[in-house]
Amino acid sequence: MTITEKILARASYKPKVVPGDVVFTRIDKVMMHDVSGPGVIKVFNEWEKKGKRFERIWDPDRVWVTEDHFVPAADIVSSQNIIALSNWTKRYGIKRHYKYGLGQYGICHTLSHEEALVLPGEVYVGGDSHTNTTGALGAFSAGLGHTDIAYVLMNGKIWFKVPETMMFNLMGTKPDYIMAKDIILKIIGDVGTDGANYKTMQFSGETIKQLGMDERLTLTNMTTEAGAKNGIIEPDIITDAYLRKRTNTPYFPVIGDPDARFSEVYTYEIDKLEPTVAKPFSPGNVSAVRELQGTEIDKAYIGSCTGAKLQDLRLAAKLLKGKKVKIRTEVLPAAQSIYIEAIREGIVNTFLDAGAVVGPPTCGACCGAHMGVLGKSEICVSTTNRNFPGRMGHVESQTYLASPIVVAASALTGKITDPRDLVN
Amino acid sequence: MSREGHDREPQLPKSVGITNGKAWIFGDNINTDIIIPFRFKSRTNDPYEMAKYAMYGYDPDFHKKISSGDVIVAGRNFGGGSSREQAPVALKYAGISAVIAESFARIFYRNSFSIGLPALEVPGIKGKVNQGDDLSIDISKFIVQNLRTRETFQCQVVPKFMRDMLMEGGLVEYYKKYKQFPWTHM
Repeated sequence: MTITEKILARASYKPKVVPGDVVFTRIDKVMMHDVSGPGVIKVFNEWEKKGKRFERIWDPDRVWVTEDHFVPAADIVSSQNIIALSNWTKRYGIKRHYKYGLGQYGICHTLSHEEALVLPGEVYVGGDSHTNTTGALGAFSAGLGHTDIAYVLMNGKIWFKVPETMMFNLMGTKPDYIMAKDIILKIIGDVGTDGANYKTMQFSGETIKQLGMDERLTLTNMTTEAGAKNGIIEPDIITDAYLRKRTNTPYFPVIGDPDARFSEVYTYEIDKLEPTVAKPFSPGNVSAVRELQGTEIDKAYIGSCTGAKLQDLRLAAKLLKGKKVKIRTEVLPAAQSIYIEAIREGIVNTFLDAGAVVGPPTCGACCGAHMGVLGKSEICVSTTNRNFPGRMGHVESQTYLASPIVVAASALTGKITDPRDLVN
Repeated sequence: MSREGHDREPQLPKSVGITNGKAWIFGDNINTDIIIPFRFKSRTNDPYEMAKYAMYGYDPDFHKKISSGDVIVAGRNFGGGSSREQAPVALKYAGISAVIAESFARIFYRNSFSIGLPALEVPGIKGKVNQGDDLSIDISKFIVQNLRTRETFQCQVVPKFMRDMLMEGGLVEYYKKYKQFPWTHM
């Protein structure tokens, strides 16, 4: 069995599962946020109206709630949602409610790893499509809708169809100025935005061993954009070192069997990879940066669970150090802890000295919510994960998805720029 | 007009038995930002309000042009993107009785069964149905017929508990009727 099959088998108390089996699995952790939360609460309310009483939920200690999409509260509806969420977590005794302006908070997927809320071998579901992110820790992590999340909150279980696994072997040494974002954009360009539909995308190979956790998380985060049910990387010493800095909780890692079967096996020679971007209006509409050299842009955005982790900010700042941006540049760290560390390391000063604006942790304009929403015909180069029409604002705005290094390089010139050209 | 509490529920197309409706044709990769843009879905929890934004990214007046019972027929990867349950909810409450597609994005597919919108996977449907064709859908048998050409299509079969959940109008409605969940005996 693959790692995904073994995790699902263990969680459904079966000795073996094969792709296509429908299993009823025990859930270890569940998350909802300020947008999915109110939808989940509404399902609860409907069940209550129809005779189901909820004195308690399944396990308040396995649940966490984040405020991330519309915070700091963007308008009255947002603050009402946050109040409703606070009342709900209080009623059911959920201690892990990460509130903005009250210490640690941030984007749900970022907190899942920053706070070590999910551990290797666990089954984790969240009310958000990018829940896949946390698979980089060696967990089965998948997004669900409100009704499914409400059911999990009640019963601690849910059904899954065991997915086939596509294996991506990443070989060779990662060149300078190439990031995990370039790798995953290249892969999505190849397999297409439904190329992994219903399936698992697993990443392995020597390049993975060179990637730190922040970079691995970019790979699994973007598996959602290829339609994958989950993305996963087998836990190793890098995973363990990352977690041990954050938690003492013991965990029970799972790795795949040597004879595990994959539906497809892809091999990528990462040492030959070029800086890569996805053009409007699909994460699968991929080009080498070189082919787009000189494309004029209006704005650079460094934010989101995909592209505002500490390593993302570090590498963007390294390129911006001592220089001035030529277009509007906005930086929104993905969590308070990352923001604090970025201040300690001088990264925030580098951004400010370069002329960028640094804002509070939030999903912000990644999903067109607030904090830098794009106007008609505005063109943005962004470290985020999606560039569908209207995703970051006006339906006629355009977003180019790129790595933090490419976004920083482009911010300095006002054009889509290959970072290697700035350095040479 | 407020519909809080749903005291007065307007007629929704029934998802039980056989339904008839006109086809609306769409291409591949119709994502959730087209079905209901984020800025609208997060503004309300009222499904009838959401229905006004159904397919807004394609045509802001879509909800006015369709009739109750109409069917969406699409290509590959319908519903990609967000986990927003508002996407199938908006379509259902706008009066769409089923979405037929070559393939679906996984969360949209799953959410559709949870909220009782028939999502029918029919590989090969593309090109077999024209805009405005009358379709007949037998939800209990997972069969679609194009009444113009008389051609019949078998939809991809799903586990029994998913079909049961769909036929009752979703998980909440199923619970209301049986006071238990469809997979209780799994």
